[in-house]
Amino acid sequence: MEFSQQIAQYIITGLTIGAIYAIVAMGFNIIHNATGIVNFAQCEFISLGGMFMYSLAVLFKVNLIIAFFISMAGVALIGALIEMGPIRHARSKEIIILIFLTIGLSEILRGTAQVVWGTDNVGVPAFSGETPIHLPGGAAIVPQHIWIFAITVMVMLMLRYFFKKTLMGKAMRATAVNRRAAALAGISVNRMVLFSFAFSGALGAVAGMIIAPISSTSYDTGIMLGLKGFAAAILGGYGNFAGAILGGIILGLLESLGAGLISSQYKDAIAFFVLLLVLFLKPRGIMGYGESERV
Amino acid sequence: MDLLLKQKDNLCFGILALVIVAIPVFVESKYYFIVLNVIGLNTLVVVGLNLLIGFAGQISLGHAAFYGLGSYFSGILTVNYGFPLWPAMLVGMLATGAVAYLIGYPSLKLRGNYLVMATLGFGIIINILMGELEQFTGGHDGLMGIPPLAIGGLTFDDDLKNFYLIWSFVFFFMLAARNLLNSRVGRALRAIKGSEVAANSLGVNTADYKVKIFVLSAMFASVSGSLYAHYITFISPSSYDFHYSIQVVTMVIVGGMGSLWGSLFGAGILTFISEALHIAKQYHIIAYGVFLCLVLVFLPEGIVVGIYNLFLKRKTRKLIIK
Repeated sequence: MEFSQQIAQYIITGLTIGAIYAIVAMGFNIIHNATGIVNFAQCEFISLGGMFMYSLAVLFKVNLIIAFFISMAGVALIGALIEMGPIRHARSKEIIILIFLTIGLSEILRGTAQVVWGTDNVGVPAFSGETPIHLPGGAAIVPQHIWIFAITVMVMLMLRYFFKKTLMGKAMRATAVNRRAAALAGISVNRMVLFSFAFSGALGAVAGMIIAPISSTSYDTGIMLGLKGFAAAILGGYGNFAGAILGGIILGLLESLGAGLISSQYKDAIAFFVLLLVLFLKPRGIMGYGESERV
Repeated sequence: MDLLLKQKDNLCFGILALVIVAIPVFVESKYYFIVLNVIGLNTLVVVGLNLLIGFAGQISLGHAAFYGLGSYFSGILTVNYGFPLWPAMLVGMLATGAVAYLIGYPSLKLRGNYLVMATLGFGIIINILMGELEQFTGGHDGLMGIPPLAIGGLTFDDDLKNFYLIWSFVFFFMLAARNLLNSRVGRALRAIKGSEVAANSLGVNTADYKVKIFVLSAMFASVSGSLYAHYITFISPSSYDFHYSIQVVTMVIVGGMGSLWGSLFGAGILTFISEALHIAKQYHIIAYGVFLCLVLVFLPEGIVVGIYNLFLKRKTRKLIIK
């Protein structure tokens, strides 16, 4: 009983952190589909989301719901500005140059965050109290975990609706499949890239805000979360939305079970080790499909 | 630019040798020697990495791991097991090469962003092991008391002696890289960068070359890591994290991908700027980021080639106006 209880607890934690990774992975995927690059500034979107939330909710005592949406919009705006400025005007469109440009941009964002908020860890209040709810199996769950699941599911459903049903979503998918063909069909590719940066800004912010009450937040919390989100996206198959969810959950569970059952110091090593194994066996991720190479 | 550099290559090596010999005459402060030595160490890593990125067209975000493996092999073998110094360095280099082969063989079949993730993940795993295998590595507190290198009666125990040691390594490794690039192997690598499929169809075993150059670049990093360990005499995991991997790739790009001399400039400029920007105190990260973004946006060919091209453009414009 004792043991199964523990396992249940690990699984709940794993799913929670996995949900966060899945949201972050979505952010990576959306930008990848629009541009083909890895946007390392995604890490900073997460930190900024958490810190905006902290400033509004704790320092300025704004209502949590309003703070949530303002922070989301704020980070989305930063994402859009990044695209409109440096990314769009970069003289080279080579992937590696653009990837390192996002690294440079994330240094600027992180440096600015450090100047504005300092280096201390700060807490954000939970969305609805901290009294744990006891589940029938004997495991306990904090309300924030439920919030994380609920918000993740909602975000996924909204994204699905957006990409499947709305005209703009379809245009973004068309851009992902073939930029040239999309442009020929009258889609403004530049605008789609712009939206993809704003979107992944918003997604990063959401991830940063919902995890902040559980693990405190600081100017650089996003780095490790962001890298794990990237790992989740790769694990599932880069660019694949269902893969992002699957990858996030697998990574979250691996980490939590690894920490609980094997060793908490090695939890990241275990997660990345499994990732490498999967990549070596299935080079395009679990749900990725092969691309034929063009000459 | 590459062509121009090739013609004057021997001249450049001559100048480099002269500068190395002459610098200690003009530099007196201990601080500048430390900066110069760090530039030298970084150059070794960057030259190797540039062979991989610039010529084989493969990105690695895990080179901090190879740099670290060199340091830790040297450190652990000499401190814990009383190994002689130079053999320890050689063992470190070969062992790092073997690790690189094991990880490179499956990794280099991956493409683009998958390869970025694989090397990144590998780097993080090695960094965690450095911190956690306490009985060997000293854990997060680091490993202390690594003896300085010595040849015969000469012990490299101060900054000036290490300056000569490190920069002679830089000189000979750059010479070796130049010779490699001008050989059959170098032409094959260039072909791979141009088009992997085309190179393959012309009988270049691209998979084999990519793994070999990966192993070679890991060995460059390992040697640099060993030199670092014996120079600073103290190593800890934080020197070999993800940020270092990013930093060296940045140096490759800023110096110019596929340019041997660019590697030297990239390592030099970025190490120097990063040191100089410490006067900006808490704005240090921002300033470094701004510098990086400006270079990447406006001079994506790298600083050396980029500025040369700008200069060329102005010259041709003048000619046209005339």
